[in-house]
Amino acid sequence: MNAPTEPAPATLAEALGYYTQMVLIRRFEERAAQLRALGLVPGFLHPYIGQEAVAVGVCSALEAQDVLTSTHRGHGHMLARGADPSRMYAELFARVDGCNKAKGGSLHMIDKTLGFLGANGIVGGGIPLAAGAALQLKRQKSSAVAVSFFGDGATNEGSFHETLNLASLWRLPVLFVCENNLYGEFTRQDRHQTITDIADRASSYAMKGVVVDGNDVFAMREAALQATEQARHGGGPTLIEAKTYRHKGHFEGDMARYRPKDEVEAWMRRDPIILITEEITQKLGGSASDIEEAKAKVETQLDDAIAWAKERPHPLPEDALDDVFANSYEGAALL
Amino acid sequence: MSATYAEAIRQALAEELERDPNVFLIGEDIGESGGVFGATKGLWERFGPDRLLDTPISEEAVVGAAVGASLIGGRPVVEIMFGDFAALAMDMIVNQAAKIHYMTGGQLCAPLVVRMVTGTAGATAAQHSQSLEAWFVHTPGLKVAVPSTPEDAYVLLKEAIEDPDPVIFFEHKMLYSKRSYVPLATSESSSSSFGTGRIRREGSDVTIVSYLKTLDDALQAAGQLELEGISCEVFDPRTLVPFDRDGLASSLAKTGRLVIAHEAPVRAGVGAEIAAIAAAECFDLLTAPIARVGGLNTPVPYAPEMEHFTLPDADRIASTVRSVLEPREPLSASNHKEV
Ligand SMILES: Cc1ncc(C[n+]2csc(CCOP(=O)(O)OP(=O)(O)O)c2C)c(N)n1
Ligand SMILES: [Mg+2]
Repeated sequence: MNAPTEPAPATLAEALGYYTQMVLIRRFEERAAQLRALGLVPGFLHPYIGQEAVAVGVCSALEAQDVLTSTHRGHGHMLARGADPSRMYAELFARVDGCNKAKGGSLHMIDKTLGFLGANGIVGGGIPLAAGAALQLKRQKSSAVAVSFFGDGATNEGSFHETLNLASLWRLPVLFVCENNLYGEFTRQDRHQTITDIADRASSYAMKGVVVDGNDVFAMREAALQATEQARHGGGPTLIEAKTYRHKGHFEGDMARYRPKDEVEAWMRRDPIILITEEITQKLGGSASDIEEAKAKVETQLDDAIAWAKERPHPLPEDALDDVFANSYEGAALL
Repeated sequence: MSATYAEAIRQALAEELERDPNVFLIGEDIGESGGVFGATKGLWERFGPDRLLDTPISEEAVVGAAVGASLIGGRPVVEIMFGDFAALAMDMIVNQAAKIHYMTGGQLCAPLVVRMVTGTAGATAAQHSQSLEAWFVHTPGLKVAVPSTPEDAYVLLKEAIEDPDPVIFFEHKMLYSKRSYVPLATSESSSSSFGTGRIRREGSDVTIVSYLKTLDDALQAAGQLELEGISCEVFDPRTLVPFDRDGLASSLAKTGRLVIAHEAPVRAGVGAEIAAIAAAECFDLLTAPIARVGGLNTPVPYAPEMEHFTLPDADRIASTVRSVLEPREPLSASNHKEV
């Protein structure tokens, strides 16, 4: 298992770009929770807060033609890929202009134009899909790669093991990005598997596995750059384990009392947004006003997104019958 | 005792854990945290981690381990947190548990219970809302229970655990907080509930067969229809395998008309099987075409407006009943082409 080499230094402008995206994710989630409390979001929410550096670091290393699969905790991945928060809020509010036309909600969000093949309500469900997408990219002789985000809990599913074996065997251009946030739902990692470093599992499949500080956006970016470089040149898949932590409960409404207080506090001190802020202001010469400006920009963007989404119409009940098939034989297949 | 559906399940589990040391519970976050829907709350403190096994997120291994343990004396009760995830364990259920007694000429049996949380809880969307009972009814070797009341949840779960065969036990999310009186079992109470339906409401014009949460909608529809002078009998089969054919026939002998209501999509749903039983075995009793009301043949959509449109409710059941009661034209020249 090789640790990634020292990240190449980022410019101030790059760092401020990552910072802005991380704050966008953080605030998107915080405001989604408030809006849910107000009754605007009828379904589940699994907040990504605390893990922003993983999505932003990995997505910063991707090209436009790359494709991604995600999880139940997918808002951050989608925003980091560049999705429009207006369409995402509209989806959460179950409006027709939502990114899934109100058919999916948080668990199933997608933006096809960005190669974002969807969040997933099934733990481990996106992992084989990413390998399949990578297979198709390879068949097309594309230099694009597929990325699959998933959690520590998902690495106990058969789909993870079967897919890693297959992807290694066929040297598929895919990045397996495991966000080890120490918990699968209410169960701590040491109660659901006997290993500490999930990256170790790569060796069973003769695959490269790396452990990365998932709260360090620069380290995540560097690891993803190395893995995409390898994948784009026929070197096959990499398993990247990002050590991180979710700040909130498993889902909105979970008080997360199963986590020791000192553990939570230690991780809160390593908040990825604090870490990047320090990097910007202490090492890259950024100022407090750079930070404030970025935050204000995000807030305005979200104000506008929410205002737009709130005004979108609700679907008609019978819209439910659309989209079951691409071709329903004029409805015959619905009978 | 007065209990909610969730408390009734917990009570049954507690009594069975107490009664038989081979009974153990296994599933994702069922132990220390008491289950996502709270059905096992408090049992971990009482029975400890040897009897309540929190598992990794590994549905196939978990159900498979339960099947394996059951082959040599274990009495596992598995929880599948959302029945949709049973799809990940289907090999163990369908190709292993369901077949083993038969394939081995009766030498091995797989007495496990798989508790499956089913149906929508409102905006739970396509992968957390399905009603998949027809998959299991279609698989010979499995018994299928569909309790609609706290009493049945309690009674049927105890019987399921004591049953020598694999039982798929459906629990509807919207029923967990439903409360009613639950008479606790005594040592004498031993008559079997599997395969014996219950008349939940007596009536004379039409029989509505329903189960799980939709049964409540059917009862509500029956209440509405009574005001219009339509008398509905509501029949709750309680288990789908075995199915109480005699109970259905006696009800049809009174009413002559049949409506079947369930949340699962209508196409190839359990209603189709019940309709076929009635058509084949009670043809002479029927005075009207059989009607089915259920989910539309779509995945469950997220938006409440659309979800509501796709799933049955009391109004839709009532209008289906009315349609069955509409006077039909006698066969005449108008429905027959002139020769
Ligand atoms: C197949 C399947 N099993 C169980 C669940 C319920 N569930 C949803 S999220 C989750 C925990 C996932 O943990 P992890 O993979 O670590 O991701 P995290 O939630 O920490 O982001 C569980 C058990 C599910 N959605 N799908
Ligand atoms: Mg996790």
